[in-house]
Amino acid sequence: MGKKSVGDFRVAENIQLNDTNFLLKLQSQDPLPEVRPGQFVNIDIANCKEIFLRRPFSIYEADYNNQTVSLIVKILGRGSKKLTEVKPGDVLSLIYPLGKHFTYPLPGERILAVGGGSGLAPMLFLAKESGLPPENVDILIGARSASDHIDAASYSRYGNLHHTTEDGTLGFRGLVTQHPIFADDLKKYNRIYACGPDGMMKAIAKEAKKAGVECEVSLENLMACGFGVCLCCIEPTVNGNVCVCTEGPVFNINDLKWPI
Amino acid sequence: MADLAVQIHNLKLKNPVMLASGTCGYAEEINEFYDVSQLGGIFLKGLTLRNRDGNLYPRMAETPSGMLNAVGLQNKGIDNFISNIYPRIKNYNTPLIINVNGSTVEDYIELTEKVNELEGIPAIELNISCPNVKEGGMAFGITCPGAEAVTREVRKVYSKTLIVKLSPNVTDISEIARAVEGQGADSVSLVNTFVGMAIDAETRKPLLSTVTGGLSGPAIKPIALRMVWQVAKAVKIPVVAMGGIMNATDALEFMIAGASAVQIGTALFKDPFIPLHVIEGLNDYLERHRFSSVNELIGCLQL
Repeated sequence: MGKKSVGDFRVAENIQLNDTNFLLKLQSQDPLPEVRPGQFVNIDIANCKEIFLRRPFSIYEADYNNQTVSLIVKILGRGSKKLTEVKPGDVLSLIYPLGKHFTYPLPGERILAVGGGSGLAPMLFLAKESGLPPENVDILIGARSASDHIDAASYSRYGNLHHTTEDGTLGFRGLVTQHPIFADDLKKYNRIYACGPDGMMKAIAKEAKKAGVECEVSLENLMACGFGVCLCCIEPTVNGNVCVCTEGPVFNINDLKWPI
Repeated sequence: MADLAVQIHNLKLKNPVMLASGTCGYAEEINEFYDVSQLGGIFLKGLTLRNRDGNLYPRMAETPSGMLNAVGLQNKGIDNFISNIYPRIKNYNTPLIINVNGSTVEDYIELTEKVNELEGIPAIELNISCPNVKEGGMAFGITCPGAEAVTREVRKVYSKTLIVKLSPNVTDISEIARAVEGQGADSVSLVNTFVGMAIDAETRKPLLSTVTGGLSGPAIKPIALRMVWQVAKAVKIPVVAMGGIMNATDALEFMIAGASAVQIGTALFKDPFIPLHVIEGLNDYLERHRFSSVNELIGCLQL
């Protein structure tokens, strides 16, 4: 028997976090397998005939005692919109756990985790799982505006929180790469992690490469299956075209063919 | 338990539910969910002589009740398959069928000769219907002379079960089916995907890097069913049906129309367990309708 499952999860909570982001907590009847930051689930948007394929979401939190996984769902299109309309008690089918996780830092290392928009989800999961003392962890949170900023205050026990908004309504004004952290010497970090819009991750990858710091990013190419058979989510890498769903979604930037 | 066993030429299947090429990898990916030996058979991801990177991203677009793909036969080539993948999968207790692709007739022959050496592969599916490659592929499958030429030459070098996969992008698919039957095909499988396209009206750009791609999923099922029915009437060799099968009822319809077995493809993306549900559903149906064997169902359409 394999280690991947298809299972029904009951919607335990659906909380609107801000203008565009929702927190979904989903409960399984079965014990959860071990899940790690960077891994994802592929969700069937129930009772919605116009949405044929599943939609992938990074895991935000896993609670093994209550058998729940939490996700941050940002409304991007038809599928995610529909998913934010579920109600507690509704049942969703998930394929899980999928993909490769972020490389865990070694004891004593310093890390920077940058999350843009809903890309914050796996970054917070990683900060929590890193095993590092909070002073070794910097979490940089980027949003367009205070109105779509995701509150992560409870994660201050896992790291130092820094904020940027493009309009300056919260924290530092500008893009994440314009935050003073990036003006400072990045070499103090052993690893930089990023998840968010493509442009953001490429800008971060460029800075990390310049500073010679290990950097991993999480991609979200369009996919149909999520487990390596449709070959639709491919990303060009040093190893040829590979499936983001099975060889990723987490990639070391040195393996990607980004022009950085 | 009703008797679910069927036979496609020399290929004995424990049940008529198989996985379609290009939707189940090299079987290992599905075996991560459950033991694939429960399946009737597995058509492995299409192979070519040499490595193919496939088409550029984006390769997929969701459409009403289906999807378009433009993968373009990405695979690492037959030699890599033989040395690295085959040893890991050859002991799965279900027939593994290799989907054979070429740009030229010579490619098809050379590839088939290599596959012929593999004891654990009892059959090939000759793919003359891939819509997503520039050379070969569907070009062979949309004319009778093209389909005949590939089938004839491959038949000369291959004595195990030869299944020819047909394109629906033709005026009369039964004519092509008869043509390959005439050149010694042991079975035909149909349908491959329908050529389609999708546009993003906001950006006025195509959604696929290749502009056009292959449509699959429940959206194509009624057309596929009609084509299977037409072909089953036109040929004497067994027909393997595919096209949007999502559940046991869909599979039953294809068998009633004349298919000896079915392939499940795009449905796997939605739920890799669907083939097992289909097997169970077929058995329930046979018991409920008091059929002792699934073979009694094949082509039993009452007009």
